[in-house]
Amino acid sequence: MTDTDTTQATAGGEKRPFDLGTGPGRVLVWFYGVFTVAAASRSIVQMILDFGRAPLAYVLSAVAALVYGFITYSLVRGGERARRTALVCCAAELVGVLVVGTWTLVEPSAFADATVWSYCGRDYLFIPVILPVTGMMWLRRARTA
Amino acid sequence: MLDALTIAVAAAALALAAWCGYAAYRDQPTKDWHFIGMAVVSLLALAQLVVGIVQLARGERPEQGMTIFIAYLAGAFLAVPAAGFLSLSERTRWGSVTVAAGAVVLAVLEVRLYDIWGS
Repeated sequence: MTDTDTTQATAGGEKRPFDLGTGPGRVLVWFYGVFTVAAASRSIVQMILDFGRAPLAYVLSAVAALVYGFITYSLVRGGERARRTALVCCAAELVGVLVVGTWTLVEPSAFADATVWSYCGRDYLFIPVILPVTGMMWLRRARTA
Repeated sequence: MLDALTIAVAAAALALAAWCGYAAYRDQPTKDWHFIGMAVVSLLALAQLVVGIVQLARGERPEQGMTIFIAYLAGAFLAVPAAGFLSLSERTRWGSVTVAAGAVVLAVLEVRLYDIWGS
């Protein structure tokens, strides 16, 4: 009984319309958190071990980590301004995945080593492409909620 | 590394994912039993972390590098507890989805760990 009650009470979210990190947003917080850690640790390890091998790829991974980190923070923080900046970041993330993804397909030699966004995130089960799209859908819906 | 343990962690993680996915399908939040399940999976991951460190201390080396191996070991240990923590304050079906997603991430990390250690 209590479980269904709490579900109904929080699922609507009328009281706090700009809580971005609850409900479906909680799943997004998780995935963005995971990808922040994944991209950041990947770029840090690679930069420390051998930066000269593939500077472009490693810098791109670091940029991806920053974007993921910022979206995670915005989702947790909530509010209209965070929603807007997160929306912009999700768009930038999608553009980044698509540009880098196409780039690696057209000219693989430009990247001596893979990044999170290589081949549209193939090494990461294509989650890097799916994530910004679902993120933007959720952020758009959160406004009307 | 101990292949049996890697397979056990991956299988337990997938079972947890299915269980929590079922809870989400039934529109239920994670309950005490789910948290016990998460604890079991986390204990297995902890055992793996210990075994991995012991093997490194004995001088055995992973094929794809020690730093990456340790990073993945730590990530595998933290994945399910972190997702469980997120679901604690999300008392809806979405908390269950989060734990299911966390368990899937752990299963993927196990596959990667297997590759990194090599044969």
